[in-house]
Amino acid sequence: MNDKALWLRSYSTSVYLFLYAPIALIMLFSFNAGRSGLSFECCSTQWFGRAFDNPFIMEALGNSALIALCSALLATLFGTLAVFGLQRVGGRVRMLFDALTYCAIIVPGIVIGIATLIAFITLFDLFNPLLAALDMGIPKLRMGFFTVIAAHSLFTMALVMVIVRTRVDALDKALLEASADLYAPPLDTFWRVILPQIAPAILAGFLLAFTFSFDDFIIAFFVAGSESTLPIYIFSSIRRGITPEINAISTVIILASLALLFTSRYLQGRRAA
Amino acid sequence: MNIAVSAPLPAVAAAAPAKAHGLGRRITWLLLLPSTLWFVLLLLMPLVVILLFSLGERSAVGGYSPAFTFANYLNLASRAAAFSNTLVLAPLGTLVCLLAAYPLAYFLAVKVQRNRSLLLTLVIVPFWTSFLIRTYAWIFILSGKGIPALLASLGLDDVRLINTPTAVLIGIVYGYLPLMVFPIFVSLEKLDKRLLEASHDLGAGAFETFRRVTLPLSAPGVITGVMLVFILLMGEFLIPAILGGGKVFFVGNALVDLFLQSRNWPFGSAVAMTLVAMMLAIIAVYLKLVARFGGRQQDGML
Repeated sequence: MNDKALWLRSYSTSVYLFLYAPIALIMLFSFNAGRSGLSFECCSTQWFGRAFDNPFIMEALGNSALIALCSALLATLFGTLAVFGLQRVGGRVRMLFDALTYCAIIVPGIVIGIATLIAFITLFDLFNPLLAALDMGIPKLRMGFFTVIAAHSLFTMALVMVIVRTRVDALDKALLEASADLYAPPLDTFWRVILPQIAPAILAGFLLAFTFSFDDFIIAFFVAGSESTLPIYIFSSIRRGITPEINAISTVIILASLALLFTSRYLQGRRAA
Repeated sequence: MNIAVSAPLPAVAAAAPAKAHGLGRRITWLLLLPSTLWFVLLLLMPLVVILLFSLGERSAVGGYSPAFTFANYLNLASRAAAFSNTLVLAPLGTLVCLLAAYPLAYFLAVKVQRNRSLLLTLVIVPFWTSFLIRTYAWIFILSGKGIPALLASLGLDDVRLINTPTAVLIGIVYGYLPLMVFPIFVSLEKLDKRLLEASHDLGAGAFETFRRVTLPLSAPGVITGVMLVFILLMGEFLIPAILGGGKVFFVGNALVDLFLQSRNWPFGSAVAMTLVAMMLAIIAVYLKLVARFGGRQQDGML
C-alpha cells in the first residue's frame, strides 16, 4: 500500500517536471551569453535589451496587446450582458444559447480562423465596390486589427459567459429578496448587491479572455492580413532558427501570462466579500 | 395578464402593467442582442459560407467562383496523407495522454489532502500559457544538442527525434496532458472513498478494486477528457508544424497550405467541412457514451 503511494507520488512529481522543465529551459536560454539559440553560455541579460530594441518585436507586441485588450473588453461586455439577459428568458432560448456557447468553445481555432477569413473576404468583396461607389472617402475594408478582434472576441465571449454564469447561478437568492423587501429599486439591487458579488468572476473572465487573445496564434494567422502579432512574429522567426532574442521575449510573455492566470484563478476562487 | 402579453393588443388594452412588461422584454432583448449578433455573424454565417464554398470551384486566380459541384469532396483522397496522419496520431496521442494523466488525476483526487487546489492549478496553468512557446521549447530538447546528444554520450548514436512522428507525439502529450487531467480529477474527486474500503473489506485486491470500482465510476471524466483532447488534436496545426518539420503533417497543416499558400479555397473548404463533420460524429458518439455511463457535461478548463 505504501509502495503504491510512493510510486504515485514520484510519478506525479515527474509529470510536474515534464510540464515545467521546457518552460524553465526557455527562461534559462534567454540568459544566454552566446549568439546561438541552441547552445548555452552563462550568462547575460543583453537579449532582453535587444528584444525590446527590436522595432518588429515591439510593433508586434503593441499589436498583440491592443488586440487582446479590445477583444477582451468586447467579450466581457457582451458575455456579461448575455448572462443577465439569459436570466430573463425561458428554457428554450437558454438551451439555444448554451448550444452556441459550447459550439464556439469546441470548434477548433483553425476552423474558426478559416471560416472567419472567407466570411470576411466575401463580405468585403460585397461592400467594397459599394463603398467605392459612394465615394465618401471611407477606406477599403480589409483584413487586419478589426477582423482579429472580432474572431477572438467570439471565442472569449463564450468563455466569459461560462465563467460569469457559474457565479450568477451561485448567487444567494435570499439576498436579492432581502434587498427587494427593503424597497430597493431593481437597479439599486443590481449595483449594490449583485455586482459586488459577481465582479470577481467578471474580472477573471476578462483576464482569461485577454490571455487567450494575447497567446492565440492560429486564428490570428488566418485573419490578421498583413498585420503582425507577437505569436505570428515568433512563429515566423523560429522557422528561420531560434535566437536568444526570441527566448527573451518568450520569457517575458510566459511570466506575464502566468501572473494573469494566477490572478484570474484567485479571483474565480475568491468568495464574495 | 400573461395572455395579454403574447396576444397582439389593441392600443387601448395596453395598460400600465403590460407596458412595463413590454419594457422588460425590450431590455431582455437588448441584453442578448450583442451576443446574438456575434454568434450569428462570427460563428453561424462563417460556417455556412464554408459550406457554400466547399461546393464551389476554384477561380483562375485562386479564391472562389460560384458553382454547385461535389468535385472538391471527391478530390479529398489527394490529401489522404494528412488525413491518415491525423487519424493515426490523434487517437494515439489521446491514448498516451490518457495513460499519462490517469495516475496523476488519481493521485491528486484520492491521495493528496493538503494543497490540492494549488497542485491542480499548477497542472492546468501550462495549458493556458502560450502553446506556441511551450511547443518550440521542445526543439531544444529533441534536436541534435538535446536528448540525441545525451544518448550519444551513452553510446547510442544517430538517434533522430526532431521532425519525426515521435517528436509530434511528445509535443501532443505535453500540450494536452493538462486538459486530460482535469475532467478525470473531477470525476475521481466525487467518488465515494467508502466504496474503495468496502471493496477492500469484501476481499478484492487493489487491482480488482481499481478495475471494478474506481475505473467504471471515473468513466464520465475519462470520456470527457478523451473527447476534448481528441477533438482539439484533430484540428492541430502548431505541433506538427514546429516539431514535425513538414514531414509529419496533419489536416490542419494541409488547411493552412490550401488557404494561405496555394489558395485553393473551395477544396480547402471541403477539407475543413470534412474535419468538422468528423468532429460532429465524435461528439455524437460522446453524447451516446455519456448517456450510457450517466456522466454530466463539464466545462473542465475554466
